[in-house]
Amino acid sequence: MLTILFDGIAYGMLLFVLACGLSVTLGLMNFINLAHGAFAMAGGYCSVILVNRLGVPFVLGLPIAFLVTAVIGGFLERTLYIHVYRRSHLDQVLFTIGLVFMSVAATDYVMGSSQQFVQIPEALQGQFIVFGIGMSKYRLLIILICGLLTIGLQLTVAKTRFGSRLRAAVDDQRVARGLGINVGAVFAVTFAFGSGLAGLGGALGAEILGLDPTFPLKYMIYFLIVVTVGGTTSITGPFLASILLGIADVAGKYYVPTLGAFVIYTIMIVVLIWRPQGLFARSAAR
Amino acid sequence: MGPVFDEVSAYLGRRSRWSPVEVAFWVFLFATIWLFPGKYLIMKDTAILALFALSLDLILGYAGIISLGQAAFFGVAGYFSGLVAKHGFINEPVLALFCSGLVAAALGFVTSFLVLRGSDLTRLMVTLGVSLILGEIANRFSNLTGGADGLQGVDIAPVLGLFRFDMYGHTGYIYCLIVLFICFVVARRVVYSPFGLSLRALKGNTLRASAIGIPVKRRLVGIYTFSAGIAGIAGGLLTQTTAFCSLDVFSFDRSADLLLVLIIGGSGYLYGGLIGAVTYKFLQDWISTLTPQYWQFWIGFVLVVIVLVGREQVEEWTAAVRAWIVGLGGRFIARPATSA
Repeated sequence: MLTILFDGIAYGMLLFVLACGLSVTLGLMNFINLAHGAFAMAGGYCSVILVNRLGVPFVLGLPIAFLVTAVIGGFLERTLYIHVYRRSHLDQVLFTIGLVFMSVAATDYVMGSSQQFVQIPEALQGQFIVFGIGMSKYRLLIILICGLLTIGLQLTVAKTRFGSRLRAAVDDQRVARGLGINVGAVFAVTFAFGSGLAGLGGALGAEILGLDPTFPLKYMIYFLIVVTVGGTTSITGPFLASILLGIADVAGKYYVPTLGAFVIYTIMIVVLIWRPQGLFARSAAR
Repeated sequence: MGPVFDEVSAYLGRRSRWSPVEVAFWVFLFATIWLFPGKYLIMKDTAILALFALSLDLILGYAGIISLGQAAFFGVAGYFSGLVAKHGFINEPVLALFCSGLVAAALGFVTSFLVLRGSDLTRLMVTLGVSLILGEIANRFSNLTGGADGLQGVDIAPVLGLFRFDMYGHTGYIYCLIVLFICFVVARRVVYSPFGLSLRALKGNTLRASAIGIPVKRRLVGIYTFSAGIAGIAGGLLTQTTAFCSLDVFSFDRSADLLLVLIIGGSGYLYGGLIGAVTYKFLQDWISTLTPQYWQFWIGFVLVVIVLVGREQVEEWTAAVRAWIVGLGGRFIARPATSA
């Protein structure tokens, strides 16, 4: 029972790191980025290449995966995404679906269609037994990393100058511009950072989520659930939503395996009917 | 009420008249039965895709609802028509097709209340979620649906008890074409009715539309249900003509490709789906002979380019091609008219 809770939390934490970039881009620019999973996949494959082929230590592979994906994200933002912000939602959806298709086929071409695994160092395999609960070391590491990241993100958004600019831009773009905040630059940095986080999540999660070229399609719906359930106006909303989703998914698969992914889709639809603006959204938010 | 009423009905009457080009278009479509006898299978797929795209055009182009879950209706009706044929509940294909359309429409009616709340993003999510849930259900009830292996052993009776489906898709193509035509005529009638006019009004500005007394919600529910029914008929057609149904009918790719079809053809006019389907099939056929495994890359590439260039621009270009076809069609129809 507690093991399921533990696994669920690890899974949820992972989802949060994967999806929080998406929630910020959606909240900030009102931009529907269905291609977010492609960045996660890029991070995953990046760590596969680094760790398995080049022999880079796993722990060092993670930050490199983050950096590489952030650079890719920043580059694409400046060259392609920037043209699509002002378009209709339909255009945004089409554009990002196109990117997803391209990334899926391109990955298939370069890396092959089989599932990839990252070699995890011996020290991280096996599990601790604490009070009779089996805790896998690797999942503990995920919780640790993601927990630290979450605290870091929350502090950045709440305490720093950049964070306050970001919040101002999310709340009201026009006024923020009027106050002299370079919203475009804020957005570019956030987008790159969010993509980097997705890449880090992909690298960390390759072991748990599985990594193959269809990754962006398979997990797109999960990211979207996190964002719509959690709302786009804060860090805590998506965080709680991902933990909830992680636990519900793991518990659902364990207790009622016949229903499978059915559980989370139902939860999503119920939440959306009950509170269309998201479970944890501020009621005053526009 | 009198004069305005007359004016509206005169306007709609003018709009709904069949132009010679339209007649020529349909004459040509039916002529393909004799023109390209070796291509029945791909033409049949194109006709089904065109019908499916027509259903999306009704909600996207006329009512402005973005949906990524049109495959839900396609799939449900596909399985429904497969199951009734397999277990012999309804043997006659035309009746079964009509019933599968009704089932899909009922599903559309129920889910419309979920879709019609919230923003574009919520709509995307809910439509996508519904089709994923249905796909999951079809996967789980594998004793009924065959699960990942697909629904096998479907035996489709002859159409109207007379025309048996053959291997080369001859009957299938004619059947699809006739169904497409009937659905098109019905859709055309709906779009050029006062109902269709009010849809255009609320697509333009929902707030103003409700201010002049259009019951926005009821209209959206209506068109969503109707569109679901059309999508269902398309799904039923696919199952009936292939005598097979797999989980693929619910896939996300199907809904996403459909958007591409409509964007290529142009949304907001009924021929968009038809022209888009033909173009898309040609494109797919051509690319997949060049790179059989990676054609999806180029489909994605086309999407990205279309958006970056701008949809309006693309529609302008295709408008030139359309005008050319219209000119061609005009001459084609003019000649028999003068000779007669």
